[in-house]
Amino acid sequence: MLRKTLVLAAALGLVIAGPAMASGGALHPKEINWTFNGPLGKFDQAQLQRGFKVYQEVCAACHSMRQLSFRTLGEKSGPFYDEHYKNPNDNPYVKAIAAGWAQQVPDIDSETGDPVLRPATTADRFPAPYPNEAAARAGNGGALPPDLSVIAKARHGGADYIHSLLTGYRATPAGLKAPETLHYNAYFPGDLSGSWSGDKHHVPAGGLIAMPPPLAPGKVTFDDGAPSTVEQQSRDVAAFLAWASEPKQTERKQTGLAVMIYLLLLSVLVYASYRRVWRNESH
Amino acid sequence: MSGPSTYEPKTGVTRWLDTRLPILRLAHDSFVDYPTPRNLNYWWTFGAILSFCLGMQIVTGIVLAMHYVPHVDHAFNSVERIMRDVNYGWLIRYLHSNGASMFFIAVYIHMLRGLYYGSYKAPREVLWILGCIIYLLMMATGFLGYVLPWGQMSFHGAVVITNLFGALPIVGEPITTWLWGGFAVDNPTLNRFFSLHYLLPFMIAGVVILHIWALHVSGQNNPLGVEPKSKADTVKFTPYATVKDGFAVTLFMLLFAFFVFYMPNALGHADNYIPANPLVTPTHIVPEWYYLPFYAILRAVPDKLTGVILMFSSIGVLFVLPWLDTSKVRSMRFRPTARLFFILFLVNAMILGFCGANLPDEFIFRIGEDGPGLNWLWLSRIATLYYFGYFLLITPVLGLVEKPLPVPDTISSPVLPGPDLHNEQKA
Repeated sequence: MLRKTLVLAAALGLVIAGPAMASGGALHPKEINWTFNGPLGKFDQAQLQRGFKVYQEVCAACHSMRQLSFRTLGEKSGPFYDEHYKNPNDNPYVKAIAAGWAQQVPDIDSETGDPVLRPATTADRFPAPYPNEAAARAGNGGALPPDLSVIAKARHGGADYIHSLLTGYRATPAGLKAPETLHYNAYFPGDLSGSWSGDKHHVPAGGLIAMPPPLAPGKVTFDDGAPSTVEQQSRDVAAFLAWASEPKQTERKQTGLAVMIYLLLLSVLVYASYRRVWRNESH
Repeated sequence: MSGPSTYEPKTGVTRWLDTRLPILRLAHDSFVDYPTPRNLNYWWTFGAILSFCLGMQIVTGIVLAMHYVPHVDHAFNSVERIMRDVNYGWLIRYLHSNGASMFFIAVYIHMLRGLYYGSYKAPREVLWILGCIIYLLMMATGFLGYVLPWGQMSFHGAVVITNLFGALPIVGEPITTWLWGGFAVDNPTLNRFFSLHYLLPFMIAGVVILHIWALHVSGQNNPLGVEPKSKADTVKFTPYATVKDGFAVTLFMLLFAFFVFYMPNALGHADNYIPANPLVTPTHIVPEWYYLPFYAILRAVPDKLTGVILMFSSIGVLFVLPWLDTSKVRSMRFRPTARLFFILFLVNAMILGFCGANLPDEFIFRIGEDGPGLNWLWLSRIATLYYFGYFLLITPVLGLVEKPLPVPDTISSPVLPGPDLHNEQKA
């Protein structure tokens, strides 16, 4: 009887699992044990600095971050926070980063009224690499590089997904017809069954992404001597983008701890009052 | 129910006020002296929890409106500015966005409590209908609010929902154009949605006052469903109910805070952090979790108009529930068969929720690789059938055919110390 049930259960399991395995879909992002995971998690400042460098030297060539101000880099729990500079606008690192940014800020000459370009200041938001969407598409074979300001919140899986995507480029599987401008990535969402000539029950997972593999060993030189592998660059930039998506998240978690403790104590007190008020009443 | 007022103004000032505007007397009679059944359980604390939610949404909403810009070019960025540059803006916005979900969790529990304990039956029909109106207004407010951040789900959700009205014959198209303020969801739509999103909560507050008024006329129902008959059956609202409600609200705040501080985006959709783009439609458009069962009912039939009618009927049927239920017994404690169907109803509602979240054509299971199976569409059809069957068939018929358990005469007989009901029955 038991054996029969087990066999039946296994058969049913196969029936249910069958279509799930046959369908394409992207691979589930790798789960990374980030320092900022969990209710007590915090960002590793060294990692944020490395990640910022990867963004600045690699990603920023195509991807804007319009929501992020330079001053935010020097705010508490940010990559360049320094306790000597409570006002991030005074932080020399942040000032230097703003002044040295690859793009300048379009402005108006207050004397003549002529349109001019001036160096960025800490109060500015990150200037975008392209002046407008059409220029961005023209520079990238028709594809629009998304703004990265809130990218970790705008993708399922957040930092895990970003890291998986950046390290998820593989050789195009034999039997998959991909145009030369698109690149096979096992973590990019998509449905490849249309361009797949092999067994229709084993369509490769993932999709075709317009972005060529952006990272390469040694592409960024880390100032703290961390090895410049693709894995390292990818993890660091994913952490930086997770921070940038919500620069106040460390403060949020820390406030949360105090609030939870307060509410727990309050609930004990209110429960005690409740017991006392009702002590002579049946209910 | 409340009886003559027992309020006695103690000082000269309150005596003076009492003969001119007896507002303190009203407050005293409604929230201090008001008799509540002594056997209320924790399911009865959700009224207080919902008042807390409404207050929280209004206060955080007013602050958000000081910083939010209702314009297609600025809405998304202004929300991000609130998150980054406004003092405690992240807290205010997460309280508001998660507050909506918390509000719906509480209202669903409140409504299910009413269903289980028969709180809609005479003399509480108007009380129940006012509650249904509040719920409808909440759905409208929630939808309007979700559009405001102007993300991908905001925009395409607004397109899908406003297009529902387009299914109506003749008036459909003019209504849709009127709602949009143009020929597509655009800046005028966002502007009016913001205006209405600010207006509706105050309408909710107005109907809540009527809801409480009606409640204080008929008095609260209770887990036994028998009306209080003497002073022994009730306790004063303050301190007995206030302290119990206070404890429940504190526990609810713990749950609320957990979401706000540790998983503030878990109940939302990642696509709404992508700025709205009319030219790119998300792979699947899903509404917020609290609309999912109704979304499943909408998609259960191939014809759009029938789907829209079914969806609105699924809420409309609640309005006539007091007259569909033929059972004289309020509480399902004494209706074992009804209780069974109620549990099925609860499970069914959750199944509808899952159907709403999944793609209709996707199979849940399948025999072999291309064989017969069950997809979400057919599951949602079965579940929709049960949803309406529960109200239109099971509830009226069951009240006539079932044999309820014996109901106690008074509230105090089973709860006060003394010979209890079960032993009496045995003897």
